[in-house]
Amino acid sequence: MQFWLIQTLNSIAFGGLLFLLSSGFSLIFGLMRMPNLAHGAFFMLGAYFGATFMNWGANFWIAALLSGLAVGVLGVILERGLLRKLAGNAQGQVLVTLGVSFIIADVCLMVWTGDPVPVPAPQWARPPMFLMGYAFPTYRLVVLVIAVIAAVLLYLLMERTRLGAMIRAGVDDMEMARGVGIRVSLLFMMVFMLGAALAGLGGTIGGPIMQAYPGLDADMLPLALVVVILGGVGSLMGAFVGSFAVGFIYNFGTALFPDFAYVILFLPMVAVLVLMPEGLFAGSRQ
Amino acid sequence: MASDILELTDVHAYYGDSHVLHGISFALKEGRLLGLLGRNGAGKTTCMSTIMGFLATREGAIRLNGEKISGNSPEAIARNGVCLVPQGRRIFRSLTVKENLQVAAQTPGGRTAWTLARVFDIFPRLKERQSQFAGSLSGGEQQMLAIGRALMGNPRVLLMDEPSEGLAPQIVADVGRTIAMLKAEGLSIVLVEQNIKMTLNLADDIVIINTGQVVFSGSAGDAAADQRLISQHLGVF
Ligand SMILES: Nc1ncnc2c1ncn2[C@@H]1O[C@H](COP(=O)(O)OP(=O)(O)OP(=O)(O)O)[C@@H](O)[C@H]1O
Ligand SMILES: [Mg+2]
Repeated sequence: MQFWLIQTLNSIAFGGLLFLLSSGFSLIFGLMRMPNLAHGAFFMLGAYFGATFMNWGANFWIAALLSGLAVGVLGVILERGLLRKLAGNAQGQVLVTLGVSFIIADVCLMVWTGDPVPVPAPQWARPPMFLMGYAFPTYRLVVLVIAVIAAVLLYLLMERTRLGAMIRAGVDDMEMARGVGIRVSLLFMMVFMLGAALAGLGGTIGGPIMQAYPGLDADMLPLALVVVILGGVGSLMGAFVGSFAVGFIYNFGTALFPDFAYVILFLPMVAVLVLMPEGLFAGSRQ
Repeated sequence: MASDILELTDVHAYYGDSHVLHGISFALKEGRLLGLLGRNGAGKTTCMSTIMGFLATREGAIRLNGEKISGNSPEAIARNGVCLVPQGRRIFRSLTVKENLQVAAQTPGGRTAWTLARVFDIFPRLKERQSQFAGSLSGGEQQMLAIGRALMGNPRVLLMDEPSEGLAPQIVADVGRTIAMLKAEGLSIVLVEQNIKMTLNLADDIVIINTGQVVFSGSAGDAAADQRLISQHLGVF
């Protein structure tokens, strides 16, 4: 019983982390029509930044916010400095993001060496919590709460503001969005910044569970891709449900059938690609 | 004599390597309605796309109020008061009716004649359905929304690309009345249509294009009187 409860909580917490990673990935994909292959590197950078800021004396939450900010700024630089120059050339843009992810990975290796860097959880969240006679890892509950807060804020931004409506208009029909006067290049920059910041924040938040290590980027990026394939490109709701679905599949897959974790993860993805190529939540788009 | 508000001079446009507009020239005068006619595939939509900046003007120039707009981005052209009701409506399906209108609100040169309230005034159906997702509207309602969305941009020039396409006769008549009303308001309009009778009734001027070239340019009265012209280039009546 304890095993199932703990694995369920772990799955939910991992799903929450995946949401921080893939909500931005999905929005960028939906609006700019390209997967940002540097998104896993943004997440890894967030984890390293978080560890370093805490080393410098920042508390956990300040470190997480600063990481988000720093990676968000990096996202703006990537978008303004490189991707913008390749507007209309999606293939070139994807390759650039892949190149940037390699550069980030190499720089991380140089700065933080090849050894894993621990990212300590806040002091108060380290001891387990006892509920109904079971011990729960407190920090995983914290991750869940953060993911839910992020989801609510993102929902309000996307569904309740004019900016959010403009972003959705761009996802629906980019050309027509421009044709009604929406400055999409401004939207690109903001969505890229937001997505990168969320990934950076997610990196620090995920740190106490995953640590910062070389290869974290390559471990996370495929998961974001699977989430988006399950949930559909550019859909916040899809990213939310997809994240938790992948969290469960991946976590239980690794716990129960460690040799087949990737098979178990990618089989549903293949099924969705074959049966519903637009994703499970594509109903809202043309 | 009213001045030219929109002027195309020898405009050439391409899809990739395929040369579609071969030197289009015509002018829309302030406050008038120009009917742009031509067979399927003649290049009417391409013409609208080129004016909006969706397609590059490879040669020639497009001017708004004497100022060159060809070469500008679509968002700049829209913000300057060129507003499109596109073929196929192209409303934002995952936005509500109200959001569709709000995201398109512009005030080019301080023009504020059109507001959400006024659009709801002329299209009460849209007001009733303002919180519904646009994708759930009927075809006629989507067309009203596409027109309302263009009006929210406070157009100096309104481009309408086949607003009656695919609508029931009753709704087509509604659309015709709306266009007449907008014209009476003093709007300058380019109307692309397959519905030739309606266009000849509404328009002051007619331009007919065929395979990307202007084959007739004159008054609506002259066009209507010339049966040969109409059967040759439009293949109807
Ligand atoms: N996206 C495109 N890529 C390549 N060729 C195109 C594209 N769109 C249109 N064309 C071609 O350009 C020509 C003009 O098409 P256009 O859509 O402007 O015609 P139209 O007069 O609007 O026709 P309709 O009355 O059917 O709307 C046609 O030969 C068409 O096949
Ligand atoms: Mg057309």
